[in-house]
Amino acid sequence: MDSITVSNLGKAYLHYSTPWSRITEWLSPFDKKKHSLKWVLKSINFSVSAGEAVGIIGMNGAGKSTLLKLISGTTRPSTGTIELNGAVSALLELGLGFHPEFSGRQNCIVAAQLLGITENEVQQLLPEIIAFSELEECIDDPIRTYSTGMQVRLAFAVATAIRPEILIVDEALAVGDAYFQRKCFAKIKSFQDRGTTLLFVSHDPGSIRALCSKVIWLENGQMRKFGDVKGVLDEYTASTYAKEQMLVRTEPEKLIGSEFEYSTDKKRDCRLDFINHTNLRNDLEISDFYPQNMGWGDGTSKVTDVLLCDKNGRPANWIIGGENVSLVIKAKTMTTIENVAAGFQVRNKFGQILFGDNTFLTNIDNPLIFEKDRVFEAIFNFMMPILPQGLYSITAAVIYGSQKNHVVSSWMDDAVMFESHNGIAVSGLVGVPMINIEIK
Amino acid sequence: MLKQLNTIFTHRNFIYGSVRQDLAIRYKKSIFGVFWLILQPLSTILVYTIVFSQVMQPRLPDAKGPYDFSIFLCSGLLTWALFADILNRSQSMFTENANLLKKLNFPRICIPVIEVTSATLTFCFTIMIFFCFLIILGHFPGFVVMSILPIIALQIALAASLGLTLGVLNVFFRDIGHALAVILQFWFWLTPIVYPLSIIPKWAQAIVNLNPMTAVVIAYQNVFTQGSIPSFKMLLPTFIVTLLTLFASLMLYSKKSNEMVDEL
Repeated sequence: MDSITVSNLGKAYLHYSTPWSRITEWLSPFDKKKHSLKWVLKSINFSVSAGEAVGIIGMNGAGKSTLLKLISGTTRPSTGTIELNGAVSALLELGLGFHPEFSGRQNCIVAAQLLGITENEVQQLLPEIIAFSELEECIDDPIRTYSTGMQVRLAFAVATAIRPEILIVDEALAVGDAYFQRKCFAKIKSFQDRGTTLLFVSHDPGSIRALCSKVIWLENGQMRKFGDVKGVLDEYTASTYAKEQMLVRTEPEKLIGSEFEYSTDKKRDCRLDFINHTNLRNDLEISDFYPQNMGWGDGTSKVTDVLLCDKNGRPANWIIGGENVSLVIKAKTMTTIENVAAGFQVRNKFGQILFGDNTFLTNIDNPLIFEKDRVFEAIFNFMMPILPQGLYSITAAVIYGSQKNHVVSSWMDDAVMFESHNGIAVSGLVGVPMINIEIK
Repeated sequence: MLKQLNTIFTHRNFIYGSVRQDLAIRYKKSIFGVFWLILQPLSTILVYTIVFSQVMQPRLPDAKGPYDFSIFLCSGLLTWALFADILNRSQSMFTENANLLKKLNFPRICIPVIEVTSATLTFCFTIMIFFCFLIILGHFPGFVVMSILPIIALQIALAASLGLTLGVLNVFFRDIGHALAVILQFWFWLTPIVYPLSIIPKWAQAIVNLNPMTAVVIAYQNVFTQGSIPSFKMLLPTFIVTLLTLFASLMLYSKKSNEMVDEL
């Protein structure tokens, strides 16, 4: 069954040349129109089946927000109809109705009531809301003492306290730190898994790709394209690039590679020496291991430390994309375990796994048996890809059994976080270091 | 209409919470808190009483005691304050909540309900203090005081429906807000609050009698100064005006409330 059906939808704002013409139109007993119509959306047709996630993309002023407002019901359509099956929750803006002088808890209650949640339900949901926002310590302080990020966390927690049938999100997630953004994405994902239909507006093709299976592309108030993510987004990106190309005249390209000589047996990105002396250098700032992160598992072992080391094997605060690094996972067994392996995953802020590896194959002929209280470490040497700007996290785990059929002994999400400050030279999820580039 | 009442009922928690917030916010971060809520009407009452019983001593046509004029004045002044408060709040209620109206799909009718309830609660404090004052002076009219309840209801209904009209109009024509301050000034003096109706010339009385608030204020004054049950026949024209205003304001609201969101 379709969860959202939009047919021939249009929205026009009334435009009066002067306020006087509005008065005369209102007071005149005849049906004489003194206004002109300003169409911001015209003939929009689409339907979304239950559980589907649809992204809405378009330039500023394309009508994205108007479309969401129409579907969420804050404004009425001028033409056409919208049919909705199920309760709608719209995150058009976070923190609506928050009052700076009142405490986080009081604001939570009023904001939830604004969404039509009853007092009793609020009291039941409150612990969960506070836990999700991670504001336990300051929930009774006035909201004005909160940072913007904290307010957003609380607002998102309230707005998503109850799973709606249809969830509408308008770039509200663009604020807050990357860690919380990931948490929000995870929550939206979990709603999706339980059958929530999602409408998600963003400028950013990356986040749409991470969440949605279909995309509506709006342009000048009309639907330019509606279809699968890949096709529409590729075309959209191409079109925006085309626009940029027309605006910015690119200088004749310098073939920077030709001026330098590289020996390939060093096995590093051939442009690194050049790039690392410019502001294009892909600096990655590493945060410390998060020990407060409890992780999960069957308790047979515990990940005690995760380190990213530079090419000399020293734990590093900064590393550079394209350089050799080593990732060290230190762990300790709690009981004797057989066929032990360790592994890691590197994820971006959307929780997408960029790459990862484990030690299964390394020890396939020589299965490891670790007795109780054994401290061990797994070391992975690899060339760090060049990463686009943003926050990344490393998940580390100790598992046992076989690769196909294993038990998680200790799993730790976000064991190490690191941030890429300058990834402008990358297109795509990761930049693979190039060992050699030639043009002939 | 019934649907509107139902949505108000289902959102009663939100309304209750908002009213509580609205009252609390004014005294949050102040040391004396709710004490100010009492002190403001108390000072009004005391100042007028001292000035008019000790300093100026004006005489009402059929005055008996020294406090008659201050009781007369306060019964009109304090109730007029409720009327003006509702109008002032209502005039800006939609423009001030523009973001909420634009971004959240919730019953808009809650907003006027919150404003009127909040103003009424503030008035309850005021009237309680006035009662205490009357008891101290030995002028409390006794059981007759109950008869002000229907008058208050009528006055709130008139103010609320006028306020709803102004609130909607103010979204489209921001002149309303500025005009209201001026209009209230004239309206106050066209209502027999500071002067009894009988002391002005006949032709002026005719004009003042056209004002629907005249009958309301006179009714209050009769209850508090003479302890007499107000004449409901006198209030009938005001009642009809209120019904008409209420009907007109609901018509305007239901017709323009959707367009209002686009205009904010």
